Amino acid sequence: MCKPRLAVFKFASCDGCQLSLLDAEDHLLAVADAVEIVYFPEATSHMEEGPYDIALVEGSITTPHDAERIQQIRKDARYLMTIGACATAGGIQALRNWADKDEFMQAVYATPEYIQVLETSTPIAEHVQVDFELRGCPINQYQLIEVIRSLLAGQTPRTPRHSVCLDCKRRGTVCVTVAQGTACLGPVTQSGCHALCPSYNRGCYGCFGPALQANLVSLSEQMEREGASKAEIAHKLKNFNAYSHAFRTESTRLVQLEGDQRG
Amino acid sequence: MTERKIKVETLTRVEGEGGLYVRLQGEQVEEVRLEIYEPPRLFEALLRGRPLEDAPDITARICGICPVAYQMSSVHAMEMALGVEITPEIRRLRRLLYCGEWIESHGLHMHLLHAPDFLGFESGLAMAKQFPDEVNRGLRLKKHGNQLVDLLGGRAIHPVNVCVGGFYRIPSRNEFQKLVPDFEWGLNAAIETTRWVAGFEYPELESECEFVSLSHPDEYPMNEGVMQTSSGDQIEISDYRDEFQEQQVPHSTALHAIRKTTGRPYLLGPLSRVNLNRDRLSPSARKLADEIAFEPECRNPHRAIIARGLELVHSYEEALQILRDEHSTRQPRVTYDYQAGVGMSATEAPRGTLFHRYEIDTEGKIVEADIIPPTSQNQAQIEVDLKAWVGQVIEKEESQAARLCENLVRAYDPCISCSTHFLNVTIERS
Ligand code: SF4
Ligand code: SF4
Repeated sequence: MCKPRLAVFKFASCDGCQLSLLDAEDHLLAVADAVEIVYFPEATSHMEEGPYDIALVEGSITTPHDAERIQQIRKDARYLMTIGACATAGGIQALRNWADKDEFMQAVYATPEYIQVLETSTPIAEHVQVDFELRGCPINQYQLIEVIRSLLAGQTPRTPRHSVCLDCKRRGTVCVTVAQGTACLGPVTQSGCHALCPSYNRGCYGCFGPALQANLVSLSEQMEREGASKAEIAHKLKNFNAYSHAFRTESTRLVQLEGDQRG
Repeated sequence: MTERKIKVETLTRVEGEGGLYVRLQGEQVEEVRLEIYEPPRLFEALLRGRPLEDAPDITARICGICPVAYQMSSVHAMEMALGVEITPEIRRLRRLLYCGEWIESHGLHMHLLHAPDFLGFESGLAMAKQFPDEVNRGLRLKKHGNQLVDLLGGRAIHPVNVCVGGFYRIPSRNEFQKLVPDFEWGLNAAIETTRWVAGFEYPELESECEFVSLSHPDEYPMNEGVMQTSSGDQIEISDYRDEFQEQQVPHSTALHAIRKTTGRPYLLGPLSRVNLNRDRLSPSARKLADEIAFEPECRNPHRAIIARGLELVHSYEEALQILRDEHSTRQPRVTYDYQAGVGMSATEAPRGTLFHRYEIDTEGKIVEADIIPPTSQNQAQIEVDLKAWVGQVIEKEESQAARLCENLVRAYDPCISCSTHFLNVTIERS
């Protein structure tokens, strides 16, 4: 029987999410046995054309060329799965969606005309239909292996959608907000990291993006009561998942409110 | 005369995206272009206006393979701007974290990305069937690096535990001690690995480059020192911008760097570091360098994999020493007050020196950010070396020549995503 064909593609990103696959040392050779890795430039010089059974896509769409490239990948792939905050929410580079792209380019390049970029950095799902989105900056390698496993078994992959808070309770980490007054995005951020930051004594900065039923307005109000300004809270949300619907809506609301207050 | 082109559309087993284009007139190499088509992510622009505390978390996202280097360079630069003096314990732990990243990155590059070129495989995974022990050893070494970064950084990719002033939390003595047996095994395995790669057959190539790396009077350079060059210059970090200059070229999204005084490119990375600091390698690494008769000034870029091996040994030995002595009873970080200022720092990422400079205001906000990653500095030198190499391999059949060019590029372990402000090989003949 033919093994399922797996391909890994990269757009604007840091390679951290695909590296998670190479980092799954104990599972790597097993995965390489279960599937046929037919396209994965970071790991192998062997490159085959589609069709592919699973295409893993890392990174966001930021150039006209990439906007075209993703269309072909979609045509070639049975399942298209995005990996990481760049591919599912535009990534940290989406901060330019709020700025003047030309001014940003001028700040970095002496001759920006040599380089073609789009006005925005957008998630893959804004361009093509995506079958499954895996969150995180970077993704969790165990979730990645599990999702590949379920897709291969023909099951719908599941990853938890609850908030980081619940994991803190489970692992017995004392709440950093309650005990130390540390600002934490844990209540509105999706689990996937096993509540890592609070276990290291710091507040969550939202790298897995919004949890399913996140109440962002309520968290902002709480942070304001603790002394944070609207601008500070907006900055916290404008991070690796800044362009996710929930974080984007709330940071926009906060910035507007602040503008109104200033008159 | 016929025009020939050699083109490698997508360079593989490198981090990030790029290609290579070579044009020949008869047997004469006309042009060599390393094309970085990695989309620009504009980090320096998006850092402006953000709290200085965001710098280590955000700049880590420039590169998934060397996030620690980004975090270390940014925290050091911020500390300079704020006038923060860290404790010797924090400094030692930062070196420990750095050892973790070198072990992970060198372990991965040597076994899974570069060794297949010498043994004729398309990937480390494909190599695993014939060389199961070596590949498994590589995976295990890489895993140790990850475990160390995981423990001290909280996570192997994009650690969460690094902050301006130190760490959020310092793991317990017990947690450090648990790693000791694995690292003892690893030190021996790293020595074996280096002996193994030293036995590969290396093509002849002499690079005329100037070697540049950090240098420190009593330690192997990682996160402090002055810039030492093989021509004998010593450059203070505060003069970095005056001595090394970046230029934009039309064919690449990465900037090209040259020495201002000579107008010529230079080389960073393991070969430069070992050439310039061999006497400060750890005792086992130094002994091994002598045993395998590693040249005192190695000018063959293909042999950088051996330098990487020596650094792998060094990292294990230094890490072991710190892990054994670690007591964990100190304050995790130094606090500070905001003050306006300028701070800069250079540290040694696995691929070479990484420079950061920030200007901050009285409220602790970033006014300007300037980041010069190693690959963008090396890129111009890689093109010069490639030109010499193409001359040597050009009689070969097209696909073979392209493959040999690609091999050379991989020898530098270029990290393309980090050249934010890099591979395909195309050879064109006329
Ligand atoms: S989501 Fe984060 S870890 Fe993944 S590619 Fe993007 S920046 Fe890197
Ligand atoms: S606690 Fe939050 S910021 Fe930290 S790793 Fe988890 S999701 Fe990311």
